[in-house]
Amino acid sequence: MSAEKLIWVWADYRNYFQSRVTLQILARASVLAEKTNAAVCAVVFGDKVEAYVKEYIAHGAQKVYVTDDPSLRTYNVASYAFLLTALVKRFAPETLLIGATRFGQEIAPRVAKQLDTGLTADCIDLDIDEKGQLVQVAPAFGGNLIAKIITPHTRPQMATIRPGTFQELPHDDEAKGEVVPVPLPDTMPSPRVRCLKSELHPARARKIETADIVITGGRGMGSKGKFRKLFDLADLLHAEVGATRPVVYADWVSSEALVGQAGKHIRPKVLFSFGVSGAIQHTAALADARFIVVVNKNPNATMMKLADVAMVADANQVCSGIIRALKQRIRD
Amino acid sequence: MLHIIVCIKQVPMVSELPWDPKTGTLKRETAQGMMDPSARRALEAALQIKAGVGRNQARITAVSMGPPMAEEILYEAKALGADQGVLLTDPCMAGADTCMTAMILGKFITDHCPDAGLILCGAMSSDSETAQVGPQLAEVLDIPAVGYARRLELVHDCVRVERHVDDFMEVMEMDLPGLVTIDHAGESDLYTPRYVPLAGVEAAFNAGDIRIMDGKALGLNKDFNALTSSPTKIIDVYSPVTRKENRVLTGAVKKMVDTLFDDYGKIISSAMGKDLKTHDHEGDV
Repeated sequence: MSAEKLIWVWADYRNYFQSRVTLQILARASVLAEKTNAAVCAVVFGDKVEAYVKEYIAHGAQKVYVTDDPSLRTYNVASYAFLLTALVKRFAPETLLIGATRFGQEIAPRVAKQLDTGLTADCIDLDIDEKGQLVQVAPAFGGNLIAKIITPHTRPQMATIRPGTFQELPHDDEAKGEVVPVPLPDTMPSPRVRCLKSELHPARARKIETADIVITGGRGMGSKGKFRKLFDLADLLHAEVGATRPVVYADWVSSEALVGQAGKHIRPKVLFSFGVSGAIQHTAALADARFIVVVNKNPNATMMKLADVAMVADANQVCSGIIRALKQRIRD
Repeated sequence: MLHIIVCIKQVPMVSELPWDPKTGTLKRETAQGMMDPSARRALEAALQIKAGVGRNQARITAVSMGPPMAEEILYEAKALGADQGVLLTDPCMAGADTCMTAMILGKFITDHCPDAGLILCGAMSSDSETAQVGPQLAEVLDIPAVGYARRLELVHDCVRVERHVDDFMEVMEMDLPGLVTIDHAGESDLYTPRYVPLAGVEAAFNAGDIRIMDGKALGLNKDFNALTSSPTKIIDVYSPVTRKENRVLTGAVKKMVDTLFDDYGKIISSAMGKDLKTHDHEGDV
C-alpha cells in the first residue's frame, strides 16, 4: 500500500447522539491530520449507509471506507470488530478513533486486543507530541485525575473519545471525498451472540446527565417540604434537580436524583448547589460543571471551595430569593 | 455443574481518599481499599444465578489481580458466598494496562479453570473507568461477550441478557462459555449487592484459604514485566487545575441574589436560553 498516513474514525451513526460524536471526532482528526500530514478517513459498516458517507465527507472525511450489506443492519460487536480488525490490518492506519458510546466502548477493546495494540478510554483531549505520536488525555476518578497516555511501539494508536468533547465542523456540501467500497468477506465469524431484540428507547427528553442547568440540594435545605422548593426553581430555570446521598436516604427525593459516584454524573453549564457540604463521592460526579454557584451557611464547606460564586447564607432563603428575582427578571 | 468465574478488583475507597489540598492530588498509596462497586454487582449476579440453579449445580470462583492487600476483597467475596478465592499477585504484574490485565486473567482461566462456563466482570471500575478489561478478556479467551447487562438468565446452554446501551433496549442470547459485564445500578435494579455478614468475613479470614498465585505459579515468562509489556504508557498524571474565581458573597440575601444576577446573569441566561434583565433594581424597596 501507499506510505500515506491515515487517521481513521469509526462511524457510529445509529442515533443522533452517536452520529454527533462521529462528526465531533472527525473535526479533531482534521486538526491532528494537519499536524502529522495525514489523511482523515471514516469507516462505515451497515445497510444502506450512503447518506452517512455523504455526511462524513461534508464534515471533513477525505476518504470513506464502506462495507454496505443487509447482514450488517443491526449493530453487532463481534462482526463489526471482525471487519474493523481486518480493515486495519489491510490499510494500516496510524490512528484509530472511536466514540466512547457504550457500543464504541464495547467494540474498541476487542479490536485493540485482536491487533495487540494500546487503547485509551474516554479521552477528553487528543494532541500530537514532538515525535508525532498521539497524546491521549483521559480522566480517572470521575475527573479528579487526568492521565496523558501514549502508544509508543504498536499501531494503530487507539482511543475512544467522550461525546461532546470536540466541536463538529460546519457542514460543507462542496467538500470532496473518495469512497472506497469494501465488500463483505466470504467468511464471517459464526454468531455466538444472537440479538433477539434491539429497540430504540429514547430516554426522557430531559435528563440530569445532559441538562444545561442542574440544581443540587443537600441536607442544608432543611426538610423534605423545603427541598420541594428546588423544583419550583428548576421550573423557572429549565433545570433538573439532583440530590446528595443523605437527602436520598432521608427520602426527600427519589434515588433517581442521586448525583455521585454511585449515581448520576452531571456536566451542566451552570450548577446551583444548595446546602451541600461536598463529600467527595458527590463532588467527583460534578467535576465537569462549568459555572458553579454554591449556597451554604458554612463558609468552610468543601463545596464552597469549588464555587465560582459562593454565598454564605441559608440555602433555603437564597433559593426563595432567586425564585423571586427570576420572576422579575425573566423576559418572556 | 456450572463454573462461574467472577473477576473482581480492589479500588481505592474514594470517600477515604487522602487528598492533598495543596497540590490537589490523591495520595493513592495510603488509600483504603474496597471491592469495586461494579465488580460487587457482578458477584451478586453470580450468587443469584447459583441460588437459582441450586447450590450443588454451580460453583463460584472469585479472582483478582492486584497487590497483596487485594486479598481482603477475596475474603469478602468468600464471606458473601464465593466457593473459592484466588489472588494473582506479583511485582511483575504491577503497571499492567487493560491489555496485560486481560492477558493475565485469561491465562489463569485457561490453565486453571478449563471448565469455566460463565465469566462475569463489572462493566467499569470506579478508579480507572475504562470498561475495557471485560471485552479484552473475552478476546483473550476467544469466547463471546455481552456488555452492560441489567439482567441475566440461564436458558439451556445459553445465557439471555437484557441491556440498555445508547438508548437501545436489547435482549441478546449468548452461547456458553461466554463473558458478561454487569452494568451500574439503573432502574429496576436486580443486582444491588447484599450486605457482607461480619461473621462470614471472620470465618473466611480464619479459614485463610485464599489461593495466592505469583507469576511463576501462573506460568508467566521469567522476565515478564507487565509495565513494559503494556502497549500504552502513561506519561503524566495530574489534577485538573480548576481556575475558579471563588468569589465569596456575604450579607443580606436580597443583595447577594442581585449581585449574582447583575454580575453573572449572562452566564445563567445563556444556559437557560432566555433573556434576563441584568441591571434591574426597580423592584428594590
